Parts: sequence; structure tokens; C-alpha cells
Amino acid sequence: MTQKLATATLLALAATAGTASAERAKFEYWYGLTGDLGAVVAETCNRFNASQDKFEAVCVGQDGYEKAVQNTIAAFRAGKHPTLLQSFDAGTADLMLSGEFYPVTKLMADTGVTIDWADYFPGIANYYSSKSGEFFSMPWNSSTPVYYWNKDLFAKAGLTEAPITWEGMEAAFKALKTAGVDCPYAYAPSSWIDLEQFSMAHGVPVASKNNGYDGLDSELLFNTTLHVKHMENIKRWLDEGLAQLRTPAAGKSSRDSFVEGECAVFFSSIADHNTIHKLTPAFAWDVQIIPTYEGVERKNTVVGGASLWVLSGKTEDEYKAAAAYLAFLATKPEQQFLLENSGYIPVTKSTYEALKAEGFYAKEPYINRDIAMKSLTWTEPTPLTRGIRLGSFIQIRSEWTSEVEAALAGQKTMKEALDTAVARGNDHLKRFAQTYAGKSFP
Amino acid sequence: MRRAHFKFSWIVPLLLAPQLLVIFTFFYWPSAQALYWAFTLEQPWGGGNTWVGWDNFRKVLSDPYYWGSVRVSVIYALATTVLAMGMALTLALFVDRQLAGYRVWRVGIIWPYAVAAPAVGLAFQFVFNPGAGIFSYINTVSPGWWDLSKYPWQAVTAIVIAGAWKQVAYSFIFFLAALQSIPRSLTEAAAMDGARPLRRMLDLQLPLLTPTFFFLLVINITDSFTDSFGIVDTLTGGGPFRATDLMVYKIYSDGFRGLDYSGAAAQSIILMGLVMALTFIQFRYIERRVHYT
Repeated sequence: MTQKLATATLLALAATAGTASAERAKFEYWYGLTGDLGAVVAETCNRFNASQDKFEAVCVGQDGYEKAVQNTIAAFRAGKHPTLLQSFDAGTADLMLSGEFYPVTKLMADTGVTIDWADYFPGIANYYSSKSGEFFSMPWNSSTPVYYWNKDLFAKAGLTEAPITWEGMEAAFKALKTAGVDCPYAYAPSSWIDLEQFSMAHGVPVASKNNGYDGLDSELLFNTTLHVKHMENIKRWLDEGLAQLRTPAAGKSSRDSFVEGECAVFFSSIADHNTIHKLTPAFAWDVQIIPTYEGVERKNTVVGGASLWVLSGKTEDEYKAAAAYLAFLATKPEQQFLLENSGYIPVTKSTYEALKAEGFYAKEPYINRDIAMKSLTWTEPTPLTRGIRLGSFIQIRSEWTSEVEAALAGQKTMKEALDTAVARGNDHLKRFAQTYAGKSFP
Repeated sequence: MRRAHFKFSWIVPLLLAPQLLVIFTFFYWPSAQALYWAFTLEQPWGGGNTWVGWDNFRKVLSDPYYWGSVRVSVIYALATTVLAMGMALTLALFVDRQLAGYRVWRVGIIWPYAVAAPAVGLAFQFVFNPGAGIFSYINTVSPGWWDLSKYPWQAVTAIVIAGAWKQVAYSFIFFLAALQSIPRSLTEAAAMDGARPLRRMLDLQLPLLTPTFFFLLVINITDSFTDSFGIVDTLTGGGPFRATDLMVYKIYSDGFRGLDYSGAAAQSIILMGLVMALTFIQFRYIERRVHYT
């Protein structure tokens, strides 16, 4: 009897589930975030599915941004790709030129969803849009680099303020060293921070043609700018013991070195703000915008993180569903949900203002997290600080990293290393331009 | 001897078809595709390609870092093969001697073969990590001496040991099987003539093992060229400064991470050619010394 009842219930459930899913327009979403952040993405899908009964998001984690792009390309070539892809900036030059995407501005207009595009921060809008101002992809999880400093160790060295110039940083490192701190600066090479964002903040080019925005025939320039002097300084600090190389391959990451109280300063994305809070370091700490050299007029930094791309070749129902999900993510409560569960920043001015008015950034653990906004909006983006639009950028980054590592290990001088990285990077750029002959970034 | 003749029957192609189909789908077709891509510039998202002739090969072969990658791949292949086969042979000889507890060892030694390469890399991460691994004890004695992120030779040593450890099991199984197929009467006769275990190994067992030895040499060298990806990826990531950027790892990072499908295809063709050439050399020159009984 009970068994019969159970079967009947199951059948009834299956029937209702069947009709429910038949009514709902489904779309697939592949995302790259993993771990805690991956769980946040999955939760946004659940929240979306629970918030309405017309659409259903089917969200699949792909174990990292790079894998998400690789898997999507493989699926795309087989005609089995998702409607929505979360992709990081360095992986999208190919996608932009292939034209196999549905610009979100157009998608929203076609599906009748209203989004106030002017509400997005210009630093973010410029990064993800075409020359004509049309958004390619939907900004979502956005960050920018900052540095984290150990207030207790700084106090020991008689310092109360976190400097915003590199000259001030060097003086602070020296004071820390004199006060008995063995590792003032936990350094890990990062092309995103040391090259790209450094060049933005100083208003110097990474590549010609406005960092690639104005043509595929651009060439790398970072071996001719202030970047060289900066990297030489880092090498000198490492040699003088003012900094220590802290990478996972060398035994301990820079973040762990900071959290354990060994090193006084480390650079990372603002997204780490939440993680460090969770790790509860046994000292007072804070964040500061990345420093610039004296005599340079500071410019804005640009966003990192990822954006959501709508791919071509799907049905109208899938596009409607995806548009609804993207609009859902852009609402204030959903941006706030992401902020509360990660270290990311708001992407629209209205949400940021509303959060500030509510006192969101006045209470722990969010205090001072909006320093990232200060960095992003320091100036209006200039032609050199819109961002970087270069093909084969993943390879250029890895050329930079390998060469810098070789220079730090004393195999060559920093200038030689950067010259090699530029020469090899230019080969990649030429090859990329040849692959997409006759095309240009939209 | 009379040769047997069979009449042509449709059964033969029918029975062969499934296997041929599998080989075609998973080997010939992708290889042909790679060959085609190697002569073009392929756009990753589809949308066409341009014919560039030998350009991809010229570019790869004129890159000094590529030759560095070939050099380290050859070192890795030779070192892992020698190390793995040497260890496997030693272990097999002892297990064959039925020393105390040999049944346990036999099973224990076969196990590592079942471990996936990335897992091997991860396990050796706990051994070689300069900050937290077993080798970090060296650093407590002389600080900074062991650092995989700084010294290329240490990184190469680490991947060779991890790679050899994974290969030992496979060679061990074959060596043991070969040793056990040597007729008892031969060893017993030698023993009666007064040959001690070491002498019997050198003069009797090893010469009889040459066919197995040759087979394992070919397999091990091929494997260490093509199957090292997981270990490099988890243990060193190709670093420090490309010191462990093996050919197969470079194919992955250029092709899949960097989306340069054509450059990676050209490298695959070169790697395939290299492995084929090495196998040919082994058959041509080493097999002559092999005596099949």
C-alpha cells in the first residue's frame, strides 16, 4: 500500500515537474569561477530560477576561466555550445573578431529588456564595449588591483599611513626592514598588476595604436616605458632584501605570506578582500590603491575579472531567457548578493551610490573595500587607459612572466628580459593579425 | 611447411570494420586534421583559415626556445626511461627470487601504474615543494638551497623522478612476466654448475630478457614523450622560465591556452615525426642485438 502510494506520488511529481520544465524556456550557462565563487554563481542561477517561472538557467561550472573558453570553443565547433559564457578578458580577442557572439546591447533591444547602459561606470563600460559604445558582453564580476598592508607591522616601523607613491613605498620597506621585518613586500610576478594596471595608472602605453584599440597592427611598447624602471626597482628590492619572491612554486603564495603575518605588503585583486577576512589574520590590516611614481599624473585603473558573453547560433527562446537572467544579475539586490559573498565591486553607479547611502561600506567586513572604486574612477578613461585589446594576450602574458622570472633569477638583465618579451610578443601579435587578415576589432 | 589458404570471405572485413572505424575516427581523422591545420592559420572559433605553407614549421623551428623544449624533452625521455627500467628490472629480479613477502611487494609495485599522471604530480608536490614538502627539510639545513622556482636542474630532476616513478610499474609487470617465463630447468642447471644468483642473473636471465627489454625501451621512450603532460602541469607548470616546458606541454599551452591551433598542430606533427624516427632507429639498430627465442 505504502509502496503504491509512493509510486503514485512520484508519478504525480514527475508529471508536474515535466509540465513545469516544458513551460519554462531553458538556456545553458557555462562559467569559469571555481570553489566558493563557483558556488556563488550556482546560487545566482537558483535565485533566478526561484524568482520567476518563465525561464530556467542551467548552469555548469567549467573549472576555471581558461577551461571554460576552451570547452566552449570545442562545443561551438560541434554546434553544442551554451547560450551564455563567462569569460575573462584575455581570452576574448578571438571571440570578438570571430563575430560569433550576440552583443548584449543588441540582445536587450531585440528582446525588449531595458537596461540603463549609461549607469555603468565608464571604466567598466569602455572595457566591455565597441567603438560605437555598444556593449559586447555583460559586466558582472569585476575587480581591480589594490595592495594589502599589515597595520601592526607598519606601526612597529613608526608608520601609520599606507603610501600611494612608489618612492613612499620604498621608504616604508626600508623602515620596516630596520624595524626587524624580514619580508616587507611579498612579491609575485603578475603581468596584470605589474604591467597592465601599472601602465594604466601611469598613463603609459602597453602597446601602440592605443593599446590595440585602433588596429590589429599594433606593437608592444612596454620595454620603452616607465615599466622598465619599475621592474628594475623590484629586482633591486629583491636583491636588497626589501622584498621577497613569494609564489606557490617557491613554497608559499604571497597571500599566505601576508595572512600569516610574515610579510607586510602584498598586491592582489580587491576580490581577495573577502577571502582575507575569512582567513581572519591575527593583526590589523587595510587596503590601499596601487602606488604611482612621483611626478606622474595618476590615471584610472581598469577592471579585471570576467564578463558574460552571449554566443551566436541559439534559438529566440534561449536568447529571451538569457536576457532575463542578465537583467536579473544587473539589479541592485543581485549585485549586492555578489558583493556580500565575494570581494567584487558594484558595476553600476546607482547601485554603488545606494550602497554607500545605506552605510554598506561603513561596516565590517566591507570597510574601505570601495577604495577599488576610487582607483577605477580616479580620472575619466583616456585613450591609453580604456584597457588593452590585443590578440594572443594569454601568450603575451606568459612571455612576460617567463622572461621576468628569468631576470629575477639573475639569468639576464631586466631590460634584456623585457626586450625579449616584447620581441616575442610582437611575433604573436603579427601571427594573430595574419590569422584575422582584413578584420578589425568592432 | 604447407601454407594454409583461405577463400575470401566477407566475414573478414566485417570483423575488422569496427576496429578500423575506431582507429580512423580517433587517430587518422584527427591526425589528418592536424596536418591540414599545420599548413594554415586556423581561427579558433571557426570562420575559416588561410593557407600559409611551411610558415608554421619555419616559425617553430627558428624559435630558440622551441629547441630548448626539444632538448629538455629528450633529456626527460632518456632519464625517465633509464631510471624507470633500471628500477623495474632490479625490483623484478628480487621479486622473482621470491624474497620474503614478495607477494605483497608484487601487488604494491603494480599499483602506481593505476595512478593518473596529474595525481602523481600532485603527490610529488608534497615531496618536492620547497616550503612544505619533504625536501623543505633540506632548506632548514641550508636555507634556499632547494627551490624549484629558481633552479632549472632541480625542476627537471623533480619531473624525471615523478615520471620514472609512474613508469616503473608498467615495466615491472613485463620484466616479472618475462623472468617467470624463463624455464626453471635452465636456472636449476646453472645452479648445479655452481653459478651463484648474481652470475645467473648476468649470464642467463638478462640475455633471455632482451626481447622484453627492447619492447619496454620503445614503449617507455614513446610514453615519456607523449604522456608527461599531467606531471609537468601539476608539478612545475613548465617553469622556472621554460626549463621544464616539454614538447607535449608546449603544444597544450600554445594550442589550448593560447588558442594558436595552427602552431600547436605544427608542433604535434614534429613531435609525431620525432617519436616515429626514434622508434625506427630503435628497430633498425637496437633490435639487431635482440635474440628472440
